[in-house]
Amino acid sequence: MSYPANATRRTTSSPRPGSPWKERFGRWDIKASPYAYIAPFFIVFGIVGLFPLLYTAYVSLHDWDLISGQGDFVGIENFTFILSRPVFWVSLGNTLSIFLLSTVPQIAIALVLASVLNANIRAKTFWRMGVLLPYVVAPVAVTLIFSRLFADQSGLVNAVLELVGADPIGWHRDSLPAHIAIATMVNFRWIGFNTLVLLAAMQAIPKELYEAATIDGAGRARQFFSVTVPSVRPTIIFVVITSTIGGLQIFDEPRLYDAQGLGGNSGQWKTITLYLYELGWNQQRLGRAAAVAWLLFVLIVVFALVSNWASRRIASGDDPTATRKLRRVQQQKKQAARKELSEQAVRTTSASSLERTP
Amino acid sequence: MTPPSVPFVRQTAGPGAAKAAARRRSKSAAGSRPSWVTYALLAVVILVSVLPLYYTLLLASSTSAEVAQSPIPSWIPGGHLVDNLVRIFESDIDLVQAAWNSFVVSAVSALAVVFFSTLAGFAFAKLRFRGRAALLAFVVATLAVPTQLGVVPLYIVMRELGLVGNLWAVILPGIVTAFGVFWMTQYLTAALPYELIEAARIDGASTFRTFWSIALPAVRPAAAMLGLFTFIGAWTNYFWPAIVLGPQNPTLPVALQLLQTGFFKDIPLIMTGVLVSIVPLLVLFLVLGKQLVAGVMQGAVKG
Repeated sequence: MSYPANATRRTTSSPRPGSPWKERFGRWDIKASPYAYIAPFFIVFGIVGLFPLLYTAYVSLHDWDLISGQGDFVGIENFTFILSRPVFWVSLGNTLSIFLLSTVPQIAIALVLASVLNANIRAKTFWRMGVLLPYVVAPVAVTLIFSRLFADQSGLVNAVLELVGADPIGWHRDSLPAHIAIATMVNFRWIGFNTLVLLAAMQAIPKELYEAATIDGAGRARQFFSVTVPSVRPTIIFVVITSTIGGLQIFDEPRLYDAQGLGGNSGQWKTITLYLYELGWNQQRLGRAAAVAWLLFVLIVVFALVSNWASRRIASGDDPTATRKLRRVQQQKKQAARKELSEQAVRTTSASSLERTP
Repeated sequence: MTPPSVPFVRQTAGPGAAKAAARRRSKSAAGSRPSWVTYALLAVVILVSVLPLYYTLLLASSTSAEVAQSPIPSWIPGGHLVDNLVRIFESDIDLVQAAWNSFVVSAVSALAVVFFSTLAGFAFAKLRFRGRAALLAFVVATLAVPTQLGVVPLYIVMRELGLVGNLWAVILPGIVTAFGVFWMTQYLTAALPYELIEAARIDGASTFRTFWSIALPAVRPAAAMLGLFTFIGAWTNYFWPAIVLGPQNPTLPVALQLLQTGFFKDIPLIMTGVLVSIVPLLVLFLVLGKQLVAGVMQGAVKG
């Protein structure tokens, strides 16, 4: 991994040593250019990412009106106000409920679908495109479509339920059905996407592992749980964490689930971000909105850590009831992984010596 | 050396090994294909993907009276799509303007992200400078920061700048992303040999010239993916545009929300609006779906 010492010297020396101005420009060019090239990201991130996040804390400690701007310093009053409001706790519960109803089935279904797509099927591209299709439909459009499907009166879902003799469900009227409807929208848009992410990981599993499992007499279900799932564990963790960060900020779907956009007449599906929006841009209290943003930030950090821990536990193959056969599979897997690693090391060293990565 | 026969394997290594040997053999002969159950399952999944969109078309091509009459629409689209389109373009919500706004925001964002991310990726992957590793680690760390939570100060800043209601307020925060920088760094590290850069330098090219003539052409596939997904992300984005643009100068998702609030009883009209907003990306999907699939599988987009 060493950069040849003479490379810089060679490159700084200008092709025409007779021109001192050019040489000076060349040296300055080499020194300053890298910083100039990465500067746009750091400037933009500073202005629209880091500064707003920190300044949110400042705003949250003030009475801050949407129109007239900064008011008095009020300390933690905004926080105590919000934490004392039942509506905050309701929207927290709604957010977590929708989050669980979307993330858990989403990843379970995506895992199964990915392993189906990973089989030696015909017309691979067609099926893959088919599962990805909902991804290009905007969440807002998905919500308008599904809020029709899940309309309490004259919705298609309830009409079908009545056809088969079941009672219609208050998809907007009641809390849990509303959460299920909203989670369905999230799942509709993201299952296919996550399927392809997991499929990409599954394609990297060496075929020998499945052969070894077959020789040990493992059926398809056993192979799925003991070979496939543990092998794509890092990807599962990645998917869980990204959908945690995104899922807890859910806004588009609850905002457009009805025409009023405030999460139902008794807040049945009001989420934290929707509450933030309502405080800031309907009630025009930006200080309170900023306090909610900070609380949500803390929640996301906590949940990202929890999901990380949970998905490590769930997706690990360390089943206490592991049989000898399973252990043998794992041993084979480890051996294969070790072999893979050493091969990879050889490949990267040869590649890096070729490319001279600094 | 010929492999032992299946019965021989059964006798010496057990039934499981025999099954594996048989499978290996049949694979080499005809290529083992999964049964019809797999295809049936996949067909159901595709149906679930497509049916809500077809339902939109059905509602968009019927009248309010028909929708009120029966919650289950007929399987064949009615003949009122054109009427509804005319009605929507005559309504006071300017969908043409909204579509143009969406296009401008998405296209400018995509071009800017590709350019600035490639520039930064080029520096991180191929140039030497003090603090390179630490700065790159910082970029990667920012991937996990939920920057959306900074909306309150961001809105205050945009109002100070007089940009509320202006498309730049939507474009500027997204002209370069941590993900884009990370993605281009990864790609350039692997795809661009140092020899090429050295050769350009020896020929007297400046750093920017090297970037422009060597790096940019080399990243074309990765840049296309990044641009495509940035475009889709900007087209479907709602939260920030809804806050900063307001009803006067909306993008398509914002206009859809206005449509729903203004005409909540007129379902065919709303669904026609939905149809208008999703058709452009559906066309894009039909043309470039293969590339989108490849992009998701290579990790060209953050979930």
